Amino acid sequence: MPLPDVIPFIGLGWSDVLFLLLSGVVLAAAIGVVFGRDIIKSGLFLILTLGALAGIYVMLGAAIVAGAQVLVYIGAISVLILFAIMLTQSKVAPVKLAFQTQVAPAALASVLLAVIFGLAFGSTDWGSSVFADTPAATGTAPVAAALFGPYLLAFEIASVLILSAVIGGLYLAMEPKTDEVGEEGQ
Amino acid sequence: MSQIAGNLEPYLVLSGMLFAIGSFGFLARRNAITMLMSIELMLNAVNLAALAFGAFIPTLAGEGAAFALLIIAVAAAEATVGLAIVIAIFRNRKTPLVDEYDTMRQ
Repeated sequence: MPLPDVIPFIGLGWSDVLFLLLSGVVLAAAIGVVFGRDIIKSGLFLILTLGALAGIYVMLGAAIVAGAQVLVYIGAISVLILFAIMLTQSKVAPVKLAFQTQVAPAALASVLLAVIFGLAFGSTDWGSSVFADTPAATGTAPVAAALFGPYLLAFEIASVLILSAVIGGLYLAMEPKTDEVGEEGQ
Repeated sequence: MSQIAGNLEPYLVLSGMLFAIGSFGFLARRNAITMLMSIELMLNAVNLAALAFGAFIPTLAGEGAAFALLIIAVAAAEATVGLAIVIAIFRNRKTPLVDEYDTMRQ
């Protein structure tokens, strides 16, 4: 039995419902990251946010970026963050005060930012440069043509950047020799 | 047929809201690692906007995904160095809270 084009009783298409579901998960999990008291739960909510965003990338037809998102963000960066949480969590630090004293100006600034974004998106007339349809999967050929064509220099610089980040991270996280430790730690 | 998922604006609005949430977390949280997580949220919002433009503007097909891949690479480098710095500071100060890093103010 073929599925109907429009879900009965709601009047929305399947892709609309999928988009609403995924964006709801993204926003709720992002709020969980930012407002959660327990930092381990914040890290797990971050994984949920990134996973739902990978779903939205697939909806946009960019499966290669969704794969990179899962591999790099969920597989590597989240694990790195969780390890850093475990290394820096101390029982002495007060958990009650999760927010700084500047929480009210920060909330004001981010609400203003959201309003400005909304105004900018609402007032811009994209006109005929945008085609209104559900995005089709484009495959990897245009991505490769862009990445290895006009952006080849950026691609090579990114590889050098990652190499230097690996070396710098190793150097920073290395255990310092005892005679090099500042008086701060004594 | 698809009134929401077939337009550019819903993706941009979602991206803007995600960026605003991330900026609030960066400005308001005390824990350095939560601030780094908020930076990741903001970078992902930018990725979403780039991919939406790439999907809906035919002349940008492919370039949005190329931008997003480069941003992911830079974000990985940033997370590596940032977390290493946090761990190095934690070794000296025994706290991950950024408002207690006030040696240069005393």
